[in-house]
Amino acid sequence: MGAASSVPQARTAAFDEMRAEDGVRAAYAEIDRWLRATPREQLDAKRREAELLFRRIGITFAVYGEGGDPERLIPFDIIPRIIARSEWDRLALGLRQRVRALNAFLTDVYGKQEILRAGRIPAALVLENEGYRSEMVGIAPPGGVYTHVAGIDMVRTGPDEFYVLEDNCRTPSGVSYMLENREAMLRLFPKLCARHRVAPVGRYPEELLETLKAVAPPRAGSDPCVVLLTPGPYNSAYYEHCFLADEMGIEVVEGADLCVDNDVVYMRTTAGPRRVDVIYRRIDDEFLDPSVFRPDSLVGVPGLMGAYRAGNVALANAPGAGIADDKAIYPYVPEMVRFYLGEEPLLANVPTYLCDREEDRKYVLSNLDQLVVKLAKGSGGYGMMIGPHATRDVREEFRARILAKPGDYIAQPTLALSTCPTVVDQGIAPRHVDLRPFILSGKEIRIVPGGLTRVAIREGSLVVNSSQGGGTKDTWILEDEGPDAPEAALQSQSQSQSQSQSAGG
Amino acid sequence: MLSRTADSLFWLARYTERAGNVARGLGVASRMAAVSARLGAEADEWRSLVTATGGEGAFFRKYEAPTAESVVHWLVFDPDNSSGILPCIEAARRNARAVRTALTVDMWEALNDTWNHLRALPPEAMEGEKLADFLRWVRERVTLFNGAAHDTMLRNEAWRFVHLGTMLERADNTARLLDVKHHLLTAEEEGAVDYVQWQTVLRSVSALRSYQWIYRDRLNPRRIAELIILRPELPRSLMACFAEVAETLEAIALGHGGRRGECHRLAGTLQAQLRYGRIDAILEEGLHAFLTTMIERTAALGGEIDAFYIRH
Repeated sequence: MGAASSVPQARTAAFDEMRAEDGVRAAYAEIDRWLRATPREQLDAKRREAELLFRRIGITFAVYGEGGDPERLIPFDIIPRIIARSEWDRLALGLRQRVRALNAFLTDVYGKQEILRAGRIPAALVLENEGYRSEMVGIAPPGGVYTHVAGIDMVRTGPDEFYVLEDNCRTPSGVSYMLENREAMLRLFPKLCARHRVAPVGRYPEELLETLKAVAPPRAGSDPCVVLLTPGPYNSAYYEHCFLADEMGIEVVEGADLCVDNDVVYMRTTAGPRRVDVIYRRIDDEFLDPSVFRPDSLVGVPGLMGAYRAGNVALANAPGAGIADDKAIYPYVPEMVRFYLGEEPLLANVPTYLCDREEDRKYVLSNLDQLVVKLAKGSGGYGMMIGPHATRDVREEFRARILAKPGDYIAQPTLALSTCPTVVDQGIAPRHVDLRPFILSGKEIRIVPGGLTRVAIREGSLVVNSSQGGGTKDTWILEDEGPDAPEAALQSQSQSQSQSQSAGG
Repeated sequence: MLSRTADSLFWLARYTERAGNVARGLGVASRMAAVSARLGAEADEWRSLVTATGGEGAFFRKYEAPTAESVVHWLVFDPDNSSGILPCIEAARRNARAVRTALTVDMWEALNDTWNHLRALPPEAMEGEKLADFLRWVRERVTLFNGAAHDTMLRNEAWRFVHLGTMLERADNTARLLDVKHHLLTAEEEGAVDYVQWQTVLRSVSALRSYQWIYRDRLNPRRIAELIILRPELPRSLMACFAEVAETLEAIALGHGGRRGECHRLAGTLQAQLRYGRIDAILEEGLHAFLTTMIERTAALGGEIDAFYIRH
């Protein structure tokens, strides 16, 4: 794998997205003026208002089994994160390319397996991977799309340096925060929003519905029945499931609401059974169908895979899509781009060491104090070690773990994640951020300009996951030039109600 | 509509209505207990409220005697009592959360704010001197929720299941409240205490003023029974509630191309019985027997709705 020396490391100063050496970057000029002009008390008042707003709407993140309040708020930082349109356009091109390659890879590994036969990716790495679902071999999802909704986690290390940190091809979450954060900003800071030309994100649900409809079985006709399948209210992303379904005007169903008869999926309604054509599922593969995957699943639908195989229902994302976002497969994504598209990758990968390979492992073990070590199967920021921040004991513990199960671990250089100004207890200070844009693939690829910016609230912390105390920011893709035409087209002043009850006689 | 959604809407409305009814009942009982204390009949007041809310068995397994403390605890906080105010709000909000997409923002916020506020409220703020204020607040919150539903919901199936839940729960509550006081309305002789008790019966369905508006005369047990059972003008009367129940079920059936079941037949029978019933015949047959039948058939109707629309 590539040498780590070319990647900006955490020891070097992080790239500040607002402040360059010679002053404030152009995209942040107005934010800078606003922050200077706004007294701290006012910012604090707005922060409290924001919290109340989120609590009131019920935008919570459910954390069960850890004690404390199970319905937690993800801290929302009121200073938006800004990306210039020109920067975004370059990113978006790269994202499209990457997702096309990921879908091509999925079609291939469940089909002809050409990339494996060509020796570009070790066959065992794919075929013996837990994420690989042999049940999917021979099933061709409509349009060759497996990952209809992909969340690609990006980090920035310099003015022109973006890296893909990881791909999320299964059931990426967080898009509701992208939408609600914007709503919150428009409510809390209408004037600030009006002074910027922010690309709107509000069309996402519509685009998602179009994408889902596009993959419906042909017999469904022009108005297919689309539903969102959730594990239920105890799932951490339940709010998001309801929010998206509501915005799209579709039903949120649980496994028990669906039944399969003769390879056709129905939902139980007050008017009797109703046929279902597309399922936007937000439950993991293993739980989808107890007759095929985990038999103890209580949230799945027995017979669902049979209906899927028969082509009577579409599943988004397709089962088995997880093989494409496996951390051990990740280093090969640039290779996929070259192999399937014949193009050079536009987005860079972070150099990654697979501890299963002897050469890589040797490097990792002798550089534990500089690397981030992650579980190849982990997510949510659990079970990872950030070398430069870890104590000796923790590093030794990871050394033992890697030696015991090398295949379970990967390592990457500790990137100097870019920072954005963030309101913290001591004032306004730079904090590390990442970015998760959402890429939709149906008949075509659609990307709403924006994404979820996660911010590590703790000083120096590089972990942005909400399960680890990370917060979020609204992400503004800002048109570089042109007149100040506000996004929130200020509603024309409507006439006030002119009638009133006449005074009693 | 998804059966589970209909189920949650129905129960969300039932639990909310129940919380309001329990608050109203507790308020009236506290007031009455203050009067009865002088006559040594305080415990009877508390006992009849526990009976009316349907938890007598469970109550006496847990508490020795019905006192102000034990009954308030049972009907406000006790997690073992699914008809207590806190558990009802909790259950209503749980149901609401499961079907948020079917609720309007105003309904959700009315309920979610109530729940958030209750969660943060120390127990002291719901007892003793603070009890009356607390109960009034609960009733206000329920009124706000009902108003939000009434004012903001599309008149579609979601609204119908909410309305069905509210009305069925209200009918059940009225029948139960009246039943625990039936002896007062059928007693041969009348005393000073009875008059206060009659007022209490009317207050517990928010009908003291209504009585005066309709009859313009002194309280009389026969008329009280008639008002609460048969008069369509009183929104909490059995007649008014069952008319709404039958009408709502009919509207749901029309939305499904006329698909009807046992629940429709039962609701229609109940409505007809009340519509064409006469109070003298009911009193002659025996008020208690009549109300017992009503309570049983209300429960049966709930079961039939469930069997036809939810667990088919």
